[in-house]
Amino acid sequence: MKRLLISTALVMALGAPAFAQDYTPDPNAKSGGGIVVTYKDDVATLDPAIGYDWQNWSMIKSLFDGLMDYVPGTTELRPGLAESYEISEDGMTFTFHLRAGVKFHNGREMTADDVKYSLDRVTTPATQSPGAGFFGSIMGYDAMADGSAASLEGVTVVDPLTVQIKLSRPDATFLHVMALNFASVVAKESVAEAGDDFGHHPVGTGAFKLGEWTIGQRLVFEKNADYWRAGLPYLDTVTFEVGQEPIVALLRLQNGEVDVPGDGIPPAKFTEVMADPEQAARVVEGGQLQTGYITLNVTNPPLDNVDVRKAINMAINKDRITQIINGRAVPATQPLPPSMPGYTDGYAGYAYDIDGAKALLAGAGLADGFDTELFVMNTDPNPRIAQAIQQDLAAIGVRASIQSLAQANVIEAGGAGTAPMIWSGGMAWIADFPDPSNFYGPILGCDGAVEGGWNWSKYCNEDLDAEATAADSMTDPAKVGDRMAMWSDVYMEVMEDAPWVPVFNEQRYTMKSKRMGGADNLYVDPVSIPVNYDYVFVTE
Amino acid sequence: MANHLLRRIFQSALILLGVSFITFFLLFVLPADPVRQIAGRSATPQTVANIREQLGLDQPFVVQYGRYLIGLFQGDLGRSYLQKTDVSTLIAARLPASLLLMGAGIICELVIGLAMGLVAALWRGRVIDKTLMMTSFVTVSAPQFVVSLLLLYFFAVKLGWFPIGGYGTFSHLVLPALTLGILGSGWYARMMRSSMIEVMRADYVRTARAKGLSRARVVLRHAVPNAILPIIAMIGIDIGIFMGGIVVVEGVFGWPGIGQLAWQAIQRVDIPIIMGVTLVSACAIILGNLLADFITPFIDPRIRIR
Repeated sequence: MKRLLISTALVMALGAPAFAQDYTPDPNAKSGGGIVVTYKDDVATLDPAIGYDWQNWSMIKSLFDGLMDYVPGTTELRPGLAESYEISEDGMTFTFHLRAGVKFHNGREMTADDVKYSLDRVTTPATQSPGAGFFGSIMGYDAMADGSAASLEGVTVVDPLTVQIKLSRPDATFLHVMALNFASVVAKESVAEAGDDFGHHPVGTGAFKLGEWTIGQRLVFEKNADYWRAGLPYLDTVTFEVGQEPIVALLRLQNGEVDVPGDGIPPAKFTEVMADPEQAARVVEGGQLQTGYITLNVTNPPLDNVDVRKAINMAINKDRITQIINGRAVPATQPLPPSMPGYTDGYAGYAYDIDGAKALLAGAGLADGFDTELFVMNTDPNPRIAQAIQQDLAAIGVRASIQSLAQANVIEAGGAGTAPMIWSGGMAWIADFPDPSNFYGPILGCDGAVEGGWNWSKYCNEDLDAEATAADSMTDPAKVGDRMAMWSDVYMEVMEDAPWVPVFNEQRYTMKSKRMGGADNLYVDPVSIPVNYDYVFVTE
Repeated sequence: MANHLLRRIFQSALILLGVSFITFFLLFVLPADPVRQIAGRSATPQTVANIREQLGLDQPFVVQYGRYLIGLFQGDLGRSYLQKTDVSTLIAARLPASLLLMGAGIICELVIGLAMGLVAALWRGRVIDKTLMMTSFVTVSAPQFVVSLLLLYFFAVKLGWFPIGGYGTFSHLVLPALTLGILGSGWYARMMRSSMIEVMRADYVRTARAKGLSRARVVLRHAVPNAILPIIAMIGIDIGIFMGGIVVVEGVFGWPGIGQLAWQAIQRVDIPIIMGVTLVSACAIILGNLLADFITPFIDPRIRIR
């Protein structure tokens, strides 16, 4: 059902100027009140061009808007600051018509100049935006990236409420890119005023504005009374308390002091919470666009032999690994998570088959197995998962020693290509936007297989890269089905080459206090993690 | 005295320089790339190269360290790579909380530790001595996480006497300070015990008793002040630890101290913050030791500063 919904959304979103069906707010929603959300880590920045942590991602969504947006609780695109848009026949020119009368938090009206300024700002090297590369298809991006231009050639202000964006290559994902936080519209004068400190003094058009920020302690978001979506948000304030251990956040939730523990239910308490019907009733479960996998470095003998990689795929007992994390995941068969368009239904993946794996190894001349290393991030439950993998490998004679390191060190080893195998837990790929292309380029494509890239398998298949590029050039809305079929094919080819062992797709569990209202899907929103703050409300 | 002070300050500056060099060097050779952390997983190689150049991380070690030192001499601790804010601002925002918890923690440590050590020494070899030393052994080896959570659970969640974490009022301070007190008391108890036992054997104590002073007066007036002397030096070290390294206690009680800042910075290879926090805690250790040096002569007239 969800797949169908997403593809329909794509058809509708791409079929300009038709729009995806918008969200019907809860008729029982009440305005007023405030909630408390906790996080362990401090918030680094609220600058939409910079923020790329999983806790500031949804905060930024509530402070800022982009031209495009998603229907709450879904992966369906809907217009944001753009009221409507047109796409040229060749799919290379997008014309966005902005809503009139949208005001920034500083009271000024937002215009097309702000849109252009914001896109220039995020692509200027001086901004150091981790998301600059997403805008690679806009004409003039390369000149921005190498510093030879100060403004994106392809972005034109037609009139105060119209902005035209020309692409240098067809990009079927462009509307998703315009819905990314990195594409948020910021107020130029506020950026100038705050200088390098805009991340602590954010000014956008979002449902909330930043009230108070006491570094290391709390942030208070206040309702934007002038918000352009009528009647929203419902809450007067959202208070984020940072620096709190998840287990303490849970105790405070049980004591009625916290409404949403942002880091979720701590693994050690999961079984206990779910065993208590009263608490379990307040837990919302949902899928997320994430896959946990083991990378097999194809440049590192004997992993350069595809039979060896297949043997390892067959040796891993995914059900047991899923049990290690209390069943908070579903075993994976392929790189894409099931709720992603392009997922291949009916593909069973490599079955757990020790004898078959041994036979493959013997065929590769490795009947006695071999020695290798498995890199893993050193936070629970990842070392335990690595031990399970180690045991599974031992059963077919592969002796893996575990290198349990800090996240930054594992990423470094992966990028440098010195790690034969890496368990991705804690660093696993979570989609930036709901499109299959987002799971390919950086982690399976040739672009990512460079020194320092995130393609830790160093797998590079030029034919697949060509097919991926071809798929992303199919901007015709009528051909979405064909495009998804091509992506499905790409990932099936990947499975034939077996550079990964896809292990599981983690489920999300959000807990809320008794007084929180709003549909369940707002609490497992695939885009606003953990909660869509704009649409939830309190019932008392 | 003035000469001595100058010499000590000069030595301290050298130590700080050494600390900055070693830390900077270790961060330089560390197999983790700060640029990767800033650029994120979706960055193109060009973005990565741009950021590396802008931050001067493409330069050789000597140039990078030289630039850092020049900034440091101008009172500039640099800017956080990820928070894009001055490190001095980030540290200053957390300093009051750290200082408060440090002060309260040390008082708790001393009260609990010295009392335990004193009682154990006076009743040496008895059951109470063995029990207390056993307890001190448990407290020094108890994990911070467990003690913090136990106290939090019983006194805040079950009994409701204190808030469940947070910062602001005296009642917020009690449990984290008590946790630190319990965790650190073992060291003080052991030192106090052995120090007391030694002092009680000293000639002047025998003399005091011989001239007929009460046991209480001998202990409190003659023995305790002398036994505490070697312990003062330990406080200097604790000051340093508390200024940078009580991550877990801060995390459990949601205490906005410097430890949390350091921990997050280490996770993400935010070198300017790591450097800043290291230098601040090194300064605190040095100041603590200097302070101990200058206080000791007032307590013990035998020690004179030349």
